[in-house]
Amino acid sequence: MNKILLGILLGGVLGIFDGLTAWFTPEVRKGIVGIVVGSTFKGIIAGVLIGVFARKVKSLPLGIIFGLAVGLFLAFIIASLQHGYYFQIMLPGGMVGLIVGYATQRYGAAQLQRT
Amino acid sequence: MKWLPDSVVTRLQSDMQLPDLPGTRYRAIKFLARGGMGAVWLAEDIVLERKVALKILAPEASSPELASRLLREAVVLAQLEHPGIVPVHDAGTLNDGRTFYCMKYVEGRTLEQHVAGTSLRERAQLLERIAEPLAFAHSLGIIHRDLKPSNIMIGAFGEVLILDWGLAKIKRNRTIEAESSGRAAGAESARARPATQSTGHGSVLGTPGYMAPEQASGELQLIDERTDIFALGALLKFMLAGMASEGSATLKPLFAICRKAMAEERAARYQTVKEMASDVGKFLDGLPVSAYRENAMEKAVRLVKRHQAAIVLVLAYLLMRFLFILFSRR
Repeated sequence: MNKILLGILLGGVLGIFDGLTAWFTPEVRKGIVGIVVGSTFKGIIAGVLIGVFARKVKSLPLGIIFGLAVGLFLAFIIASLQHGYYFQIMLPGGMVGLIVGYATQRYGAAQLQRT
Repeated sequence: MKWLPDSVVTRLQSDMQLPDLPGTRYRAIKFLARGGMGAVWLAEDIVLERKVALKILAPEASSPELASRLLREAVVLAQLEHPGIVPVHDAGTLNDGRTFYCMKYVEGRTLEQHVAGTSLRERAQLLERIAEPLAFAHSLGIIHRDLKPSNIMIGAFGEVLILDWGLAKIKRNRTIEAESSGRAAGAESARARPATQSTGHGSVLGTPGYMAPEQASGELQLIDERTDIFALGALLKFMLAGMASEGSATLKPLFAICRKAMAEERAARYQTVKEMASDVGKFLDGLPVSAYRENAMEKAVRLVKRHQAAIVLVLAYLLMRFLFILFSRR
């Protein structure tokens, strides 16, 4: 699977899962739909960025670092908008970025070179 | 009658073996090895100022037939331009009438010497690299027929070379056959020759343990690429010896590859070297190999090993999520 598509799919799926876990926090349960949509969107954005990076740079360590950075940065924006829950939002966000970064480098198919 | 002491006899024998190089562009440096037809000497090419290896027919074996065979070997080698095959620089006859050919001097270790201390992965990778020049030779219709650890050289920079094509059989390539026949024998027209020739002329030549059944029984007409595949299987078996520490589960697919390559029936073996190398490559990539049917447990273990890092990451993520839920409920 191509790296950008893999990034989008994985980021999206992990984003949905990430959002759904908010159901276990009673204070935010009533806003679960908004959380899931936002989390999914965040995952997809992260997936695109990490996928594009993986296409340009073929390095597993750099892919992981970039994924982690993108995940943390996007989660930081969300947490800033929420005015709190920095730890609860940024830690999973960073891990999602890390997983997508690893997966795009390890499993993403390289782009075909035209000669 | 006075007998010569053993030391004198040995000295005389070694002097007799000395190649008559004065007047040529080569200067003998030292004796390297003895083969079936002759000896290999380390020499210096005075013109190009480089070390070379000279394969020279033994004085006691200087029959026209053997001379023709040695030249034929040189011609075969000259056609095999591949980084995994030692290049030939020159061939001819020395002042003493002995036939020789000059090839690149390879400094390195034989497979036998090299494998000790290498990991299972490195050994499997070595087999893949041995398969490359062999597949190339097969594509030209040349069968090596004497693959064994001492005929595989690992160079100082890790390059893998197949040596000693003295028993090679030319199966179908008319160009090589015509050239080699013409230069070596110099008499008969290539068209009049049969399509299958060998340097062995029907006799049983090869190394026990590495010879396929059809080669051991001297059935020349049955010798083809699969004969080398048998030897390649034996090479893999040799490299796997002493690897018990890796665990039998890990080794099972590789032993299955050996068994398939060394099957009695040619039809049951891999049909091409590429097919066998591909199976070894699959093993290295953590994929299932065609020679081995794994059970569900073995498949699961292989998949876990292959995706170890991804599984650890996902489990870490799930654990973190679980801990968050646990603490948010308190």
